[in-house]
Amino acid sequence: MTRHDGAPADTADHEVAVLSAVDVSKHFVVRNAVGNSSVVRAVEHASVDLHAGRIVAVVGESGSGKTTLARLLARFYEPTQGQIRLDGAPVAKGSAARGYHQQVQLIFQDPFGSLNPVHRVRHNLDRALRIHDRRLGRAERRRRAVELLERVSLTPGEDFLDKFPHELSGGQRQRVVIARALAVAPKVLLGDEPISMLDVSIRLEMLNLLGRLSREEGLAMLYITHDIASARYVCDDVVVMYAGQMTEGGPKDRVIGAPAHPYTKLLVESSPDPDRVGTTSRDDQFADAEALGEPPSLIEPPTGCRFHPRCPFAMSRCAEEEPPRTDLGDGHWSRCWLHQVGRADEIGADTYSAALARRDPAEVAS
Amino acid sequence: MNSSFGSNPKVRFGLVVVTFFAALAILGPWLTGTVMGIDPRANDISAIASPPSSEHWLGTTQFGQDVLAQLIAGARGSMFVGVLAALIGTVLAIVFGVTAGYFGGRTDHVLNFVTNIFMVMPVLPLIFIVSGYLRGTGLWMIAIIIGVFGWAGGARTLRAQTMSVRNRDFVLAMRMLGESNPRLIGSEVLPHLGGWVASMFLSAMIGAILAEAGLAFLGISDSGAISWGSMIQAAQSQSAVLRGLWWWFVPPGLCIALIGTAAAMLNFGVDELSNPKLRSATRKVVRRTRRVERAVAAETRTA
Ligand code: SF4
Repeated sequence: MTRHDGAPADTADHEVAVLSAVDVSKHFVVRNAVGNSSVVRAVEHASVDLHAGRIVAVVGESGSGKTTLARLLARFYEPTQGQIRLDGAPVAKGSAARGYHQQVQLIFQDPFGSLNPVHRVRHNLDRALRIHDRRLGRAERRRRAVELLERVSLTPGEDFLDKFPHELSGGQRQRVVIARALAVAPKVLLGDEPISMLDVSIRLEMLNLLGRLSREEGLAMLYITHDIASARYVCDDVVVMYAGQMTEGGPKDRVIGAPAHPYTKLLVESSPDPDRVGTTSRDDQFADAEALGEPPSLIEPPTGCRFHPRCPFAMSRCAEEEPPRTDLGDGHWSRCWLHQVGRADEIGADTYSAALARRDPAEVAS
Repeated sequence: MNSSFGSNPKVRFGLVVVTFFAALAILGPWLTGTVMGIDPRANDISAIASPPSSEHWLGTTQFGQDVLAQLIAGARGSMFVGVLAALIGTVLAIVFGVTAGYFGGRTDHVLNFVTNIFMVMPVLPLIFIVSGYLRGTGLWMIAIIIGVFGWAGGARTLRAQTMSVRNRDFVLAMRMLGESNPRLIGSEVLPHLGGWVASMFLSAMIGAILAEAGLAFLGISDSGAISWGSMIQAAQSQSAVLRGLWWWFVPPGLCIALIGTAAAMLNFGVDELSNPKLRSATRKVVRRTRRVERAVAAETRTA
């Protein structure tokens, strides 16, 4: 029952993580029309470790901070607090981004937006290869471009070099985007919902591609998703985020098979078909969560446990104190008071809706 | 894309007219000198202010100069000023607007400050003062002055457009690969501003032709150069309107109106090409299909 916020989340692996976020927070200052500014706490005290050959999934609804986390790791912005570590060494604020991005590449959600419509596939790969190694000759770059395309299963690669993005399907575009990221030979790929804008029919193939890149080529990967089924399909570890905080994490079978946090349980149960990858739309997945009330505000987040206004197990202390992290063994952990008061069994005992029906309104003090 | 650009009748009209005047401007000396054998400046004492005839198709001026020859020479002068001023203005607008929009922050503050100064400057009086001061320096100077004072509005537009493009995913992605800023601007951002730049160039060209005509009409121009504006000015100074010498001032006036209309027509075409609504259509279709898919999936699940 020790509390170690800020410690790397994964204890299963003792070698140094390729990329890790250590207790990072990101606050955005927004100004409204009247000029009053408020702070959006997009991510708070998040820690995650990425290891070579492993895929970590971050699951959460929109506004849970998962995209912000990916962009922090991609260094699109500096964390307000905490550290990003590459190969164990802290990345200095404002240090040259170029070297960093030779190691870490981000795949955007929208393959329609991340390829410039005015450039052919060849231009994208050629520029990336050239930036990566200025000594490469033209013929060599062409050879490698074809190789990259074939690595992401666009075969024969020659046929795709001269295509414009609008001549490609969504899946093909996303493959080109991945090939372009691979051109600089990164060690880490960050995927920001890389399959959510693609056709249902090709999502599985894309996941297989990501899995292959990680397992066969040893890339460390972060996979951001709202879809529990796809996370279970492709990843090794799962982290669940809610309202900017990480609520539960660990090996996927433990987290998805036996959730140790009421929110994870809700997600797993409201995923209509946990084995069918990619068939769950964002709306279906979070319909149940939304039925429980307004999504939490990130400007004035709920006190104590941020999930308490929607939690069927909530006790009075849930609204007052933030729950500490409880380690459950095998790298599985959860942040919920139930573990501290010996009521952990209740999470698994019943379905979420049954628990909800039994909820005693008087107990929720808020 | 190109076929739809050329197939629009408005655009075709604009293209034909602009090409016609451009050809006139380029071939002018050859046309007047070799084909017609008339020097636009030569005074034919035997035909003073004579109406159109078989010898002088568009008649002659008070000074016995052939109006058609003058019109052709004037096309060269007016088009020269229009194109040069538009080039200068567009380049300045790109330099100030795109740089400010792309880099943001302090660079934006400084450049935007300069842009705003040029924006609120009373341009016409300034052009009068400067060109009056540089009296008699020729069409070159006139074009440069018009270009240098007329870019601020365009810079504003380009700045706003650049700000919307610079954070698009494809720019972020290329930056993440390590692409340099000049390349990001030149190769990723600028191509998306093509439509804006083209329409800016066209309207700057009309503006400059009109401004030159205006300046010439007010007598602030190179008295030796022939342009449509200086023709009208000469007609005005000889009270051509009162004396009914319509063939002297109507043709240059018509030419100015015609090229203005043509540029406006071309602008329509450019608008349609660069209309962001047409581009985002694909995305909308994707979203819509997905919604249908979802509905179908829900249907089968309940069934
Ligand atoms: S800490 Fe309390 S409110 Fe939060 S998830 Fe656990 S039981 Fe629910």
